[in-house]
Amino acid sequence: MKAITANRLTDGRVIYRTEQGHWTPHLAEAARYPADDAGTALALAEGEFGVAVGPYLIDLDDAGPAGQKWRRESIRLAGPTTGTTHVLAADAGAR
Amino acid sequence: MYRYDEHDTALVRERIEEFRDQVARRMDGRLTEDEFKPLRLMNGVYLQLHAYMLRVAIPYGALRSEQMRTLAMIARKYDRGYGHFTTRQNIQYNWPALTDIPEILEKLADVEMHAIQTSGNCIRNVTADPFAGAASDELEDSRPWAEIIRQWSTFHPEFTFLPRKFKIAVNGASDDRAAIRFHDIGLQIVEDETGQRGFEVWVGGGQGRTPRIARKIRDFLEPRDLLSYLTAILRVYNQHGRRDNLYKARIKILVDSLGIDAFRDEVEEEWGFIREGELSLPEAEISRIRSFFSSPRIEGQTPLPQTGPAAFRSWLDVNRRDHQTYGLSSVVISLKPIGGTPGDATADQMDIIAELTERFGFDEVRVTPEQNLVLPHVRNEDLFAVWEALSAHGLATANAGLSTDIVACPGLDYCNLANARSIPIAQAISETLDAQGLSETAGDVTIKISGCINACGHHHIAHIGVLGVDKRGEEFYQITLGGAMGTDAAVGEIVGKGLAGDDVPGAIARILHHYKALREDGEDFIDTLRRLGSDAFKEAIYAELAA
Repeated sequence: MKAITANRLTDGRVIYRTEQGHWTPHLAEAARYPADDAGTALALAEGEFGVAVGPYLIDLDDAGPAGQKWRRESIRLAGPTTGTTHVLAADAGAR
Repeated sequence: MYRYDEHDTALVRERIEEFRDQVARRMDGRLTEDEFKPLRLMNGVYLQLHAYMLRVAIPYGALRSEQMRTLAMIARKYDRGYGHFTTRQNIQYNWPALTDIPEILEKLADVEMHAIQTSGNCIRNVTADPFAGAASDELEDSRPWAEIIRQWSTFHPEFTFLPRKFKIAVNGASDDRAAIRFHDIGLQIVEDETGQRGFEVWVGGGQGRTPRIARKIRDFLEPRDLLSYLTAILRVYNQHGRRDNLYKARIKILVDSLGIDAFRDEVEEEWGFIREGELSLPEAEISRIRSFFSSPRIEGQTPLPQTGPAAFRSWLDVNRRDHQTYGLSSVVISLKPIGGTPGDATADQMDIIAELTERFGFDEVRVTPEQNLVLPHVRNEDLFAVWEALSAHGLATANAGLSTDIVACPGLDYCNLANARSIPIAQAISETLDAQGLSETAGDVTIKISGCINACGHHHIAHIGVLGVDKRGEEFYQITLGGAMGTDAAVGEIVGKGLAGDDVPGAIARILHHYKALREDGEDFIDTLRRLGSDAFKEAIYAELAA
């Protein structure tokens, strides 16, 4: 299965496209497309302006991001793996 | 330090208003991303994995306390409470909102800073020896020359759209701490047989996918000719550089293809046309710029402290550097706590450093290419107070130049270009080496990690380099040995096949244990490696993996 992801225009945060054609920061709310339909959905997203920057397709399985780019997409989804205390502390009060 | 004049102030403020308008037009749809991207990049704004990234220029790595305080405020108010100091002596913020960036740029402009020319195919931030004006081995302070180049190159209309980015470094000491042989142009201040100062000029160095040690294009360049000669080099590059192939567009490829002699001929011919023109530097202007960079004069000459806690003594041994003025020292503030993120500093840490800069540092702090900070001028009688304050804020790790002083690019945890993670590997190496006592016992050794072949972590010029690669969705790491950034410049050689990330810390620890077993009296790691060759270490890297 595939999903469409992008970065949010205002702040660059990772977002995913929903069934309704909106954008969400939660992968669980993302629309999932069979590979054959994904290109059409992506073309639609690429034709829209205002919310998302650089939409593209990612591979998914039941556990989350899959395929050759699974690590990159897992990091986009969950944040840096650096685990430093200052990042964790700052996340708690993130804007 | 240099202070903005009315021209600097005006052009920075005008650029902010321009960018504010560009952001507004992007938000309301008048600009597409394709139209906006080159505009944001000209202002140091990248779009990374999770957010925008803002790269702020720190010319030749030099900051005043009020500038450091502003960097802290920006980290606290607009980011996530920290910033990342880079190998090019800049700072990057990893989480700013695009809509906040015009306001951030205003705050920067209030303290004479900006993000101009920190991206794009232009002349980037000029770098220099972080100990300039302080180092005991210095012939001449490189900062005035770096500042002259900064002013000349800022918004230079002819060199705004070069074939590729262009980096210039200046060094005025006998030790090359600015890595001039790995820059597009490297300038070494030298003295001729009559005692006249000038520049040895190197060209075509660089890292990335095609690492090259620069070739010397000129033995001696008179100071007045600096800008005309740089212009001649850039004109030849601008005319002949490969715009058709991104991977062959840097000047190093042009120098390779023409050969240094033919390249020099072209430069000299161009220089002949412009040498006596408006680019000739008047002595009065050189003196004016120099006047901003006087080193501190002190009353009394206190010797180094001879007593104090063991941790303080150790920090003095490792992180203090001799100063050209007796009674003063330079100190390295390590941004490499064991297991930490190389180059990161929290807003609170930046505030403390600003305070120390103001109270004890003659209002100067520098960023180093090793992603540390330096207080270049500290009175010897103040060293203990500085150490105490740094200790209280996790900034007194005594490892400057040692194996746990690891350089790492942001890697796949942040960067859109990366193939593999760098920071977690650096953290794991640091913890392993520290646990095995190798930070203290393996002496001076450089370890640098890049998450892709663009080499922002400078792995090519490390004694031990680590390059992250992606093989069908899995991270692997190639080890290189024998790189060096200074007058002994060398590009590291890949040793054997790539390792899984979990195997890298152990492999590097074994390299260092092997070195300790083989070293002769007083021999540093790089000297043992050069004496024995990298094959002598190959078995150490792979032995345990095969077992």
